[in-house]
Amino acid sequence: MKPVLNRLAGIALGAVLAGAAGAASAADMTGAGATFPYPIYAKWAEAYKKATGIGLNYQAIGSGGGIAQIKAKTVDFGASDKPLSPGELDAAGLTQFPTVIGGVVPVANIPGIKPGELKLDGPTLANICLGTVKYWDDAAIKRLNPSANLPHLAILGVHRSDGSGTNFIFTNYLSKVSPAWASQVGAATSVEWPSGIGAKGNEGVAGNVKQTKGALGYVEYAYAKQNTLTYIKMINHDGKAVDPTADAFQAASAKTDWAHAPGFYVTLTNQPGANAWPIAGATFILVYKHPGDAAKTKQVLSFFKWAYAHGDAMAKSLDYVPLPDSTIQAIDQSWHKNIDGAAVP
Amino acid sequence: MVDLALSEEFSAVSSREAALKRFGRSDMRFRLMTLGAALLVVAIFAGLMVSLLRGAWLALHTFGWSFLTTTVWNPVTGKFGAFAAIYGTLISSALAMLLAVPLGVGIAIFLTELCPRALKRPVGIAIELLAGVPSIIYGIWGLFVFAPYFQQHVEPWIIDAFAGIPYLQDLFAGPPYGIGTFTAALILAIMILPFISAVTRDVFETVPPMQKEAAYGVGCTTWEVMWRIVLPFSRAGVVGGSMLALGRALGETMAVTFVIGNAHRINPSLLAPGTTISATIANEFTEALGDTYVSSLVALGLILFGITFIVLAAAQLMLKSLDRRSGGKAP
Repeated sequence: MKPVLNRLAGIALGAVLAGAAGAASAADMTGAGATFPYPIYAKWAEAYKKATGIGLNYQAIGSGGGIAQIKAKTVDFGASDKPLSPGELDAAGLTQFPTVIGGVVPVANIPGIKPGELKLDGPTLANICLGTVKYWDDAAIKRLNPSANLPHLAILGVHRSDGSGTNFIFTNYLSKVSPAWASQVGAATSVEWPSGIGAKGNEGVAGNVKQTKGALGYVEYAYAKQNTLTYIKMINHDGKAVDPTADAFQAASAKTDWAHAPGFYVTLTNQPGANAWPIAGATFILVYKHPGDAAKTKQVLSFFKWAYAHGDAMAKSLDYVPLPDSTIQAIDQSWHKNIDGAAVP
Repeated sequence: MVDLALSEEFSAVSSREAALKRFGRSDMRFRLMTLGAALLVVAIFAGLMVSLLRGAWLALHTFGWSFLTTTVWNPVTGKFGAFAAIYGTLISSALAMLLAVPLGVGIAIFLTELCPRALKRPVGIAIELLAGVPSIIYGIWGLFVFAPYFQQHVEPWIIDAFAGIPYLQDLFAGPPYGIGTFTAALILAIMILPFISAVTRDVFETVPPMQKEAAYGVGCTTWEVMWRIVLPFSRAGVVGGSMLALGRALGETMAVTFVIGNAHRINPSLLAPGTTISATIANEFTEALGDTYVSSLVALGLILFGITFIVLAAAQLMLKSLDRRSGGKAP
């Protein structure tokens, strides 16, 4: 009995020691937060490790978790799909900057309507989601699409049931273009939807839209592109109907006045520009302005600086939209302005 | 010579004493180890309760009893009420039990009494395999295979069949989405069916053959043997298996999330989208921003804990009252 126990204890101890030795080495950066940019952060980190030997340990625990972790100082950076307001940033001593752009694309299932054939404007989209526009042949939709052959079919709204950055971008857009939406529902990673059904994840929304005649949903750009869903053209801030393309998402960021937005507190929805897609948003990184460990924060910023310079092709291969050069310059300036000199690469 | 014999006897006694002591010590060690294992469960339970209460405190303090009775769930304004989720959890699980218990017991009866020998093993193994399918598989299958079929071929028929009948027409009102509370209940029923039938079959097989043969001998039909001999004998096992299944149905997350529609609303129609406690937590926890929001989700977990506890306690009470009625002769 005793020797067996001793041996077991020995094995257990050995396992613990091996585990400790196998854990992340001290030189690695740690980050936690949003799930939406996780694939691209992982890809950048892999390439960065090959180039510099410094690894990144990123835990995709969700934006709420990322904000909590950076506030608790258990990670070197936090990541959030929803930007913190300047007030929130100041209160916590944090600063933020965007990394990649994600676009949100409305998709529908209407018999006889091909991808890109239908176009909608913001107020109409908001009224559909509010449940006041109930049928596809409603006068408001017909007015925008005089030539389309629209059936008398009930519209079924399909939204993301899981809290997500996609939800935030979409509801933020509806709040900007519809006072009724702003006052009745608002913008957040989860909202109280007045109508429709909730589906889990992009795959759930895409699945429900594909299966249900009359359905209208919204998915991330990558999903719309890879699943060849019937996307809807949006009429943007300048009154032009645009297709959801990588260029259209970049255009939304290009005209944005990042330099005069304190803490990059900008959502790229309803931005000016003839080619700008109106429902876009960036995902953000949070670091301390006066970090306790300046060398660590410098490592983090160096990583993202490297990613801005070398990561565009990788981002595009995963259907993320890289930031335009003008935005990257504004980020660099904000680092020098806001963060302790010792921590800026 | 005598001395030698004495000392031999003495040494035999002392070695027996030593052996007894050794056994006593190892008994003691064993007792302490099992005690430790039992106490660990109590400690984990207590720790769970404490952390749930601490996490839920803010929400319970802010909203009070109205947290249990309101259906509003608005992360933007920070107002939360759990009633829609509680309602959805109870309705979907109750419906699933209503469908799965008779079916599961029926399967068990067939397997133990009526099934041809050649079929017994394949059917039994198929049921046990069903119990091992991960819930995400049921969720994906429910969404991509079952829901579209249900929407196009079954729901319109149900809606038409009940149209014009008071109450029932409200219970089965359209439009047919394919996903909703009823679909979730059906998927849950499929998921818990193997639990019920596997446990029930096992307890049916513990019924002494003598009793059954005696019953057949005095001219009982199969139905009478099942209803008067087998079921009363194995009542505790059947109820136990059903409660295990109900526990799984109440807490099931992934499969339900995919097919229930996740709407924080109470709709009289079973075909309309709803939500459950576990689906809400799984959906919203990762991206929940703000203390009240997170706390409300933890409070939902606490409520689910409470519901499960009440269900288990009710099952125990039910078993006790059944025993009393039958004169305490249950196995």
